[in-house]
Amino acid sequence: MAEKGIGARVPRKEDLRFITGRGHYTDDINLPGQAYAVFVRSPHAHARIKRIDKASALSMPGVLAVLDGQDVAADKLGNLVCGWLVKSKDGSPMKMGKHPLLAQEKVRYVGDRVAVVVAETYHQAKDAAEKLVVEYEELPAVVDLAKAHDSSVLVHDEIPNNLCYDWELGDKAAVDAAFAKAHHVTRAEFVNNRLVPNALEPRAAIGHWDPGQDAYTLHMTSQNPHVHRLVISAFIGIAPEHKLRVVAPDVGGGFGSKIFIYGEECVVLWASKKIGGRPVKWTAERSESFITDAHGRDHVTTAELALDAEGRFLALRVNTKANLGAYMSTFSSCIPTYLYATLLAGQYKTPAIYCNVRAYYTNTVPVDAYRGAGRPEASFLLETLVDQAAIEMRMDPADIRRKNFIPKDAFPYQTPVALVYDTGDYATVFEEALRIADYNGFPARRAESEKRGKLRGIGLSCYIEACGIAPSAVVGSLGAGVGLWESAKVRFTHTGKVQVLTGTHTHGQGHETTFAQLVADKLGVPFEDVEVIHGDTDKTPVGMGTYGSRSLAVGGEAIVKACEKIIAKGKKIAAHLLEASEADIEFKDGKFTVAGTDRSKTIGEVVFAAYVPHNYPAGLEPGMEETAFFDPPNFTFPAGTYVCEVEVDPQTGEVDIVRFVAVDDFGNVVNPMIVEGQVHGGLVQGIGQALLEGVRYDDSGQLLTGSYMDYCMPRASDVPFFEVVTSRGTPAVANSLGVKGCGEAGAIGAPAAVINAIRNAIGVRVEMPATPERVWRAIQQSPMLKAAE
Amino acid sequence: MRISLTVNGKPVSGEVEPRTLLVEFLRNQLGLTGTHVGCDTSQCGCCVVHVDGESVKSCTMLAVQADGCSVTTIEGLAKDGELHPLQRAFNEHHGLQCGFCTPGMIMSAADLLQRNPDPTEHEVREWLEGNLCRCTGYHNIVKAILAAAQSMRAMAKAAE
Repeated sequence: MAEKGIGARVPRKEDLRFITGRGHYTDDINLPGQAYAVFVRSPHAHARIKRIDKASALSMPGVLAVLDGQDVAADKLGNLVCGWLVKSKDGSPMKMGKHPLLAQEKVRYVGDRVAVVVAETYHQAKDAAEKLVVEYEELPAVVDLAKAHDSSVLVHDEIPNNLCYDWELGDKAAVDAAFAKAHHVTRAEFVNNRLVPNALEPRAAIGHWDPGQDAYTLHMTSQNPHVHRLVISAFIGIAPEHKLRVVAPDVGGGFGSKIFIYGEECVVLWASKKIGGRPVKWTAERSESFITDAHGRDHVTTAELALDAEGRFLALRVNTKANLGAYMSTFSSCIPTYLYATLLAGQYKTPAIYCNVRAYYTNTVPVDAYRGAGRPEASFLLETLVDQAAIEMRMDPADIRRKNFIPKDAFPYQTPVALVYDTGDYATVFEEALRIADYNGFPARRAESEKRGKLRGIGLSCYIEACGIAPSAVVGSLGAGVGLWESAKVRFTHTGKVQVLTGTHTHGQGHETTFAQLVADKLGVPFEDVEVIHGDTDKTPVGMGTYGSRSLAVGGEAIVKACEKIIAKGKKIAAHLLEASEADIEFKDGKFTVAGTDRSKTIGEVVFAAYVPHNYPAGLEPGMEETAFFDPPNFTFPAGTYVCEVEVDPQTGEVDIVRFVAVDDFGNVVNPMIVEGQVHGGLVQGIGQALLEGVRYDDSGQLLTGSYMDYCMPRASDVPFFEVVTSRGTPAVANSLGVKGCGEAGAIGAPAAVINAIRNAIGVRVEMPATPERVWRAIQQSPMLKAAE
Repeated sequence: MRISLTVNGKPVSGEVEPRTLLVEFLRNQLGLTGTHVGCDTSQCGCCVVHVDGESVKSCTMLAVQADGCSVTTIEGLAKDGELHPLQRAFNEHHGLQCGFCTPGMIMSAADLLQRNPDPTEHEVREWLEGNLCRCTGYHNIVKAILAAAQSMRAMAKAAE
């Protein structure tokens, strides 16, 4: 291992600019002549737009333009689209409601974009936006997912029952047969609470049309600038793809919310041309983020697990309603289907699984991928259901899991829900987690808590995740509108320095460090000599971006492939310089050596020869710059066991997480420090879902949790230090690095561990978020505690 | 309205509207974009700066209220090219990911450590009540602040 190569805990290169306040986030950028956009949004969850009178807004000082849905229609701009076509079980395609950039005829949720005001200053735009006259005819709204099917209210007039699709996966007959002969059936209903991603940097964009070049530049908060360029060009039709540059500079967190193509960014780009080519800037206020960034989760599910007399799982049956919100967001269709039902096998050898998912429109903010995306929902229901089964069958929750794990020698393992797990060793990870958490010592700790009047509980969660969604041909056959490969370009300069251009995007993940470690390791160059460049469609090769924990497993492997091409070309040059046969050249630690001799050339010397090819192989292209694209043969499958220990105050219902152990199998790890950091962050988002966070609407569709005053974000005092182990990996086989994704694990595995721990403490499963009020009420009803009295 | 104040040790002045927030003045008029805006209800703490030596959410103070004051932003925390021990500790302990909350976290923690040079883990977590981070789970932020406190105490002792 090089000192700063693969496996080293290297402090991050990118930190210096952030700790000194010299980062460049989109809102930090100001272009000459810039104007400001403010959006006018619907105050109603559902209404017909009767009239928009622009006159009073247009007469306000500094106003340059007021644009609405009619202007969008007049310019024939396309609608926002969902890029993954899911088919119902009868073969019919999902029903996608029209989603214009600015509302036309109807508004469908509080926050729906009605118009944009562009003015000389931000405050002028804001003042003028308040003057815009919009007359609405209010309509009744459908807000509750459970009522969407039978509601007389239709979010999209042309879509009956508000039903987007009715999809299924698995062998229904086999599942029914298994249930018929089951010794025991465990059944439960779950609400997976709706969450707001809340990246701390609000979304922002600066659109600029350059009339001289008839070219467009869009600076924006994006996780995938090339995908934004593609959709804005091919579907919205604002600019041809080769004349549109999308720049995603420093981005302050995403968690999914900055994947999607929203209306605002498109509108500022279009508005720049409407006002003659001045840049137009928009930065969301946090209260706008709450009503415009795609929300996450929001399922209502009934699940049943069939078991034999020994506690072996025979079959799993799941029926889920998923909330899409008012419109389909960019990838919303695949989250509650292909990223959810396919994970329902978990870590277990359950032979038969069937899942039905019905996705509904409601008059709420659109729902799409949020950290974990489908997989937290699957993992939560499975792991809380397994615990419930253990309780009902009077088994230890650890023993029921031991009995059902897919054994180490069963890989590759074909699940009954389409996926083939490549590698894993669930039992070893599990026992390690229990050992660290001192699972066996829990009764003594519980007794000690009891003396202090506290209820102590311990909860397990064994999650599975699928990362680096691929290969393209398979996801295409399932309805994806894009390929899911990744790209990289590795470029040497004359002086032996390296630029790595990646199609992925870093917004907290530390790619500038991890990828530099990778290249330093593969090419034997100093870590400090490697610069990673990303986030600019005019600089990097076309790439698919960062989401689904794909950047290292897919994007990192593309970098490896580019390095391999560099080495292959270097061998030809070295062979020429050393007057040896190419076949005899070996490359190691930055040196090309004639095998069995001490004759060698450094990679720097070879690179210099490539750029100053005075003495050079005949017919070989000069230069040292290679591009590679990588389309993985399969997902990677991280898995792990989380053990959460809580203390509940029976007087207040307050839950204190006293200990949290996470043992994860991420395969090989490039930078353990960064990977552990990813786990910490994921865990707290998962704990936030379990204890604190949850979107509430009132019956009329007003968002009640629309600011940090009423949407409870996890704070430092809500969580403990975590005990995280990432060294128990079984290398993945879908990439040569043997790496799996790590970005979402914590958010996937944590909720069930917390909720199981609370159930273990008080004897009742509490719905998420398990607020003190809910926990206290549950304690009053707990049969376990009543029996103890 | 015209205001004059000291920012990061240098005298500055400017014309502001009565409604202009201190953070708007710093970001838009002085170009000090290290101070961030992450919310509109004074919860997130991304905008914390020091006014006359104490941490303040600069979204919750009007620019005119800072007239005559001495303001330090994240850009002014390093002295003579030397990073502040908190800045070093955030790097060494991976106390930041996307970096957006970081300036506010560091400025807030700097105020804590001048009030309490030897805080417990609990005291650090309680102090950060007004600073949100969505990336790190706070684990490495708390570690970094405790480590910086230790190194600052060692430096103070060495200087005695």
